[in-house]
Amino acid sequence: MPDVSKVGSDRVQTGRAGPFHSRRWRRALSGAAAAGLLSSALAACGSDEGGVPTLTWYTNPDSGGQAEIAARCTEAADGQYAIETAVLPREASQQREQLIRRLAANDASIDIMSLDPPFIPEFAEAGFLAPVPSDVAERVTEDVVESAVEGSTWNDELVAVPFWANTQLLWYRESVVEQAGLDMSQPVTWDQIVEAAQAADVQVGVQGIRAEALTVWFNALIESAGGSIIEENSTDPSEIELGLTSEAGIRAAEVMRMIGTSGTVGPALSTANEDSTATAFEGPNGGFNVNYPFVYPRALSAVEAGTMDASVPEDYGWAIYPRVDADTPAAPPYGGINLGVGAFSQYPELAYEATECITSTENQAYYFVTNGNPASDTAVYDDPEVLEQFPMAPTIRDSLELAAPRPQTPYYSEVSGGIQRVYHPPSSVEPEQTPEAAAELINAVLRKEQLL
Amino acid sequence: MTQTTLPPVEKTQPVSAPGGTTSDRAKSERKLGWLLAGPALAVMLLVTAYPIAQAVYDSLFDFRLTDPDNRSFTGLSNYAVILSDWLWWRSLLVTGFITLVTVAVELVLGFALAMVMAKALSTIRPVLRAAILIPYAVITVVSAFAWQFAFDIQTGFVNTWFGWVPGISGDTDWFGGTWTSLLVICLAEIWKTTPFISLLLLAGLAQVPEVLQEAAKVDGASWWQRMRKVTLPNMKAAIMVALLFRTLDAFRVFDSIFIMTGGANATESVSFLAYRQTISRLEIGLGSAVSVLLFLAVVFIAMSFIKGFKVDLSQSRGEG
Repeated sequence: MPDVSKVGSDRVQTGRAGPFHSRRWRRALSGAAAAGLLSSALAACGSDEGGVPTLTWYTNPDSGGQAEIAARCTEAADGQYAIETAVLPREASQQREQLIRRLAANDASIDIMSLDPPFIPEFAEAGFLAPVPSDVAERVTEDVVESAVEGSTWNDELVAVPFWANTQLLWYRESVVEQAGLDMSQPVTWDQIVEAAQAADVQVGVQGIRAEALTVWFNALIESAGGSIIEENSTDPSEIELGLTSEAGIRAAEVMRMIGTSGTVGPALSTANEDSTATAFEGPNGGFNVNYPFVYPRALSAVEAGTMDASVPEDYGWAIYPRVDADTPAAPPYGGINLGVGAFSQYPELAYEATECITSTENQAYYFVTNGNPASDTAVYDDPEVLEQFPMAPTIRDSLELAAPRPQTPYYSEVSGGIQRVYHPPSSVEPEQTPEAAAELINAVLRKEQLL
Repeated sequence: MTQTTLPPVEKTQPVSAPGGTTSDRAKSERKLGWLLAGPALAVMLLVTAYPIAQAVYDSLFDFRLTDPDNRSFTGLSNYAVILSDWLWWRSLLVTGFITLVTVAVELVLGFALAMVMAKALSTIRPVLRAAILIPYAVITVVSAFAWQFAFDIQTGFVNTWFGWVPGISGDTDWFGGTWTSLLVICLAEIWKTTPFISLLLLAGLAQVPEVLQEAAKVDGASWWQRMRKVTLPNMKAAIMVALLFRTLDAFRVFDSIFIMTGGANATESVSFLAYRQTISRLEIGLGSAVSVLLFLAVVFIAMSFIKGFKVDLSQSRGEG
């Protein structure tokens, strides 16, 4: 502000002389500047004085589905509330960082949030989520897949509203399994897949990048082996007991090493993520890929765009996630998005009302069909339109019933970060040493005695 | 330095230090100086000194952003945790390595580019300068993405174009190992910031009096002799300032590592470590302590440049 008045007075003095003139100019200019600042500050403060309450929904980036659902629910609310969306960063970890920093400052503008399930306990424990009214809790968990309810629960209480539920399937090429003589009508193990891939000289796509995807894979392995990353949970970080060195933990490390050193994972396992493995699966060496259902619509749109031959997606097959041991059912990864209502929201009741609209069977079906994100509501899987577009929908539903969430703890970031640091690159995992080292590191980090 | 001492250099020194007692004019000049620099100083204190003080204060606490009620004073224990952790020392080594390599290469390249810009025909000089400056105008995150895409095993062109180089093939995973990752990170940094150093050196080159060059030429000095005995000694201040700025800058490397490896393959820098503790882990106390140590490292570098190499920042103004 002083700068503005100075600039103004200088300009006047060089142009026309006269102290009176310049002072008037100065005053006028600084007044204008002050008024400008004030009005912009006021505009930033109160936006919905009177009229329809506006709920802000912080969404993860998608293909526009959440914005469309917001518009539909605004219309359905008939003037009771309006929902506007604000898009968060692309990475789940960065979505968490942004939301947490704002909630730590008691940001009242956050009404509804699209939350990645592993971070829900942290939000709940910090008191960042408004309590779910019991009647709402009852309604939003009706006919919802088990893993999505589990993923919205912390300390035996529902703290978020299940929205869409994701899971990884085992994608394979029909031609490859035929050539290798692998019977996909029965559950298959990792050993069988690797053998078949070696026989047919094709790649097995797994996510070995030092990122959340690695924890997702490792968690699926340890859960499929009958164990858990966290065996004894606690809100006190020093009392969390890890299951990494258990029999199942060691078995998971063995499988990870076996796959990493099998020569079937391609040259870039240590940087392989969901996208790069999907790309490799589309290529001539594609054989198997554990990945989310987006693999399918992605291939179809490539065909539509003319960048892929139609025979490629026709060759796609899908099955439940591979088993670690032949006699134990697999525990596929569980992901997706659940909705949290901000603890500092001005309209928590309206926000919960809105979440019920957002997660209605209709809207979940719409979201599944248009954006490829599977519903948590089991009724959606009977929708003929869904079944037509996603022939693998029944497999997705079965997978969701089997799926195991990642460790539920307010210290998830530390646990996952520790696993990523020690189990990366997957080919260097040593079943005798790595679990021990990871457990030591994570415990030390949780006790705040080591950096991460 | 004494071997190559030149009369004009000797002359500038007494000029830059006002001789005798301070006159009225000097006094009023000093007052004007404070008036002019005062507001900037106040703003600097507000936007830099206050956050630094806050970080020092926070670093003495066990403080998690999601658990502010259990904040407790722990004295210097955060520093003990950091300094006893191998990860800190490794990150310091990695940061030092990146700094050393990038600054050394940038200095040589930057000098060459400055020479080209200085000697280029006046008709193409503006175009040349703009072309050389383009990388510096690119946002670091964007440049990091560009380099990452170039070296990516699936979408990159480097493996295809340079497949004939021994050791590079279609299966070379640049971001799969420590040294290859560091190589790409250093390349991206060098590409991006060489223009900065060359611009500072160009200013230094412009300061070298033409008369000295001509005198040396008349005395029969070769190009190399003129470079060593005339150009470089006269540019010492500019070189030191360029080195100092770039070293401080390089020591805080973050963007390229964040984008390209996310800290995988032991490529974490000290800034990255601070980010991970403060932003990802939400451990404000521990993260602040890492930031304070980073700050001290930067202060140490600046001090050793100024004291050790006797860099006089005022000399780069080019009086004389």
